Amino acid sequence: MLMEALEDLNLGDETIGVAPVGCSVFAYHYMDIDMQQAAHGRAPAVATGIKRVMPDKTVFTYQGDGDLAAIGTAETIHACNRGENITFIFINNGIYGMTGGQMAPTTLENMKSSTSPYGRDLKSMGHPLKMTELVANLNGVAYATRQAVHTPALVRKCKKAIVKAFKLQKENKGTTFVEIVTNCNSGWKMRPVQANEWLQKNMIPYYPLGDIKK
Amino acid sequence: MEKDIKLMKGNDAIAEAAIRAGADAYFGYPITPQSEVIEYLMAEQPEKRTGMVVLQAESEVAAINMIYGAAGAGKRVLTTSSSPGISLMQEGISYIAGAQLPCVLVNVVRGGPGLGTIQPSQADYFQSVKGGGHGDYKLIVLAPASVQESVDFIKLAFDIAFKYRNPVMLLTDGVLGQMMEKVEFFEQQERKKEDEPWATVGKAGRGHRNYITSLFIKPEKMYEVNLELQKKYREVEKNEVRYQEIDTEDADYLFVAYGTTARICQKACQLAREKGIKVGLLRPISLYPYPYDAINKLADKVKGVMVIEMNHGQMVEDVKLAVNGKLEVGFMGRSGGIIPTPSEILEALENKFINK
Repeated sequence: MLMEALEDLNLGDETIGVAPVGCSVFAYHYMDIDMQQAAHGRAPAVATGIKRVMPDKTVFTYQGDGDLAAIGTAETIHACNRGENITFIFINNGIYGMTGGQMAPTTLENMKSSTSPYGRDLKSMGHPLKMTELVANLNGVAYATRQAVHTPALVRKCKKAIVKAFKLQKENKGTTFVEIVTNCNSGWKMRPVQANEWLQKNMIPYYPLGDIKK
Repeated sequence: MEKDIKLMKGNDAIAEAAIRAGADAYFGYPITPQSEVIEYLMAEQPEKRTGMVVLQAESEVAAINMIYGAAGAGKRVLTTSSSPGISLMQEGISYIAGAQLPCVLVNVVRGGPGLGTIQPSQADYFQSVKGGGHGDYKLIVLAPASVQESVDFIKLAFDIAFKYRNPVMLLTDGVLGQMMEKVEFFEQQERKKEDEPWATVGKAGRGHRNYITSLFIKPEKMYEVNLELQKKYREVEKNEVRYQEIDTEDADYLFVAYGTTARICQKACQLAREKGIKVGLLRPISLYPYPYDAINKLADKVKGVMVIEMNHGQMVEDVKLAVNGKLEVGFMGRSGGIIPTPSEILEALENKFINK
């Protein structure tokens, strides 16, 4: 879908993507564009480096919630605050997928993971972090939206949001931030359909869909 | 043409040299004793002179990853920091070495460990030369001993970095960063015009995509990449050894010292000769690759080798490797920002080899 968006805008040949550590780490195997692999959490800094020396190119990061909202929070906030003309694609599935289903900053209250086996206890483990609301407050951010892809209608909507983000980047409007709430059925230990139902029932109420800043 | 000579502080001179070397970008974070580099660049506004980008990052961690990104685009980029900041950069440096990206790093060393002191030191020798970050990689390390060399080595470092697609570090210290000396500048170099064939600049016109990575999950592939790196390091060891010999022809004793301590040892050599003790100096200029052969050859001629450092004995291990048991190797060091004096250096040599 991300590649479709770039193709529709005829931007693929002048785009550089950044995939850090997490399930996104092999992203460059699936995207036929120039890409850089980044250290855990550092994609926004790497993307800043790329964009600053090539301001005419399109640059995006593709980061999971552990990467963007835990280890890379500082880089995320400061890149957004500087209004770097880059696009964040933020995949929020409430869990560390690559390392085997540990608790993420976005893990919901009482949600079980391998490091919260009795469920996330807000008192000792903190609250699920709403990154998109947080960055929407920053002046450098031009567009912040939360999307999902568990129904065909939502997929179409999400693609529109990604296209809008890249268009704004081309117009040098500032940082564009697209969160995609999705499932991790293997990490959640659910069947795919069941995971989608659980997502709709539990994730979406806490992470409501729609534009937060447009 | 008229010579371009200025009286300049080491850190300012490094900043000016970066602009003149045709750097495309500088990313950095303030830390004493090297903050003048970014201050000079921000005041000078090189984007107006050459188009060079300057950005103050939110941390050294971010700065080194900005370097990674811009270096991955094939640009000429550099950062500067001091010991604690360089420690924070180590993960990124390992990634840069693993992904084989060219860049220039400057460490204006201060005393440690920990937050330590802001005074000069050479305690980061091991970190720079033996690794620092994780994995089997090497930084090419140059040790200037004057403001003039700090300037010249910035240009040289970019050339070497691109020749081998490897990070190059200038290991200086608080003395060299803070002191003012006469310096002659090289002419303004043009910024790079052509894209590197391996760089990620968008795949237009290339027909295939490039990607920059240090991830090789299959053991066979990782092994292959490591062998490729080792092959490169052997080339570096063959071509890039640099050192200076001073008064070694007739020397009975030899000092080995780099950077600031080499300057002080020159004075100690002079004092020794006034007393009739023939002492020479070997100054390693490249700390990796190290001038093992040159030291080994001199070990055949002299009666004793004395290593002087501003730490408690790091480079001395490489000198012992070079001497290979032929002679006794003495060591004298000061740390914590205390700079050894020429007379105490000479005294250490006398106590070790002459008055025993």
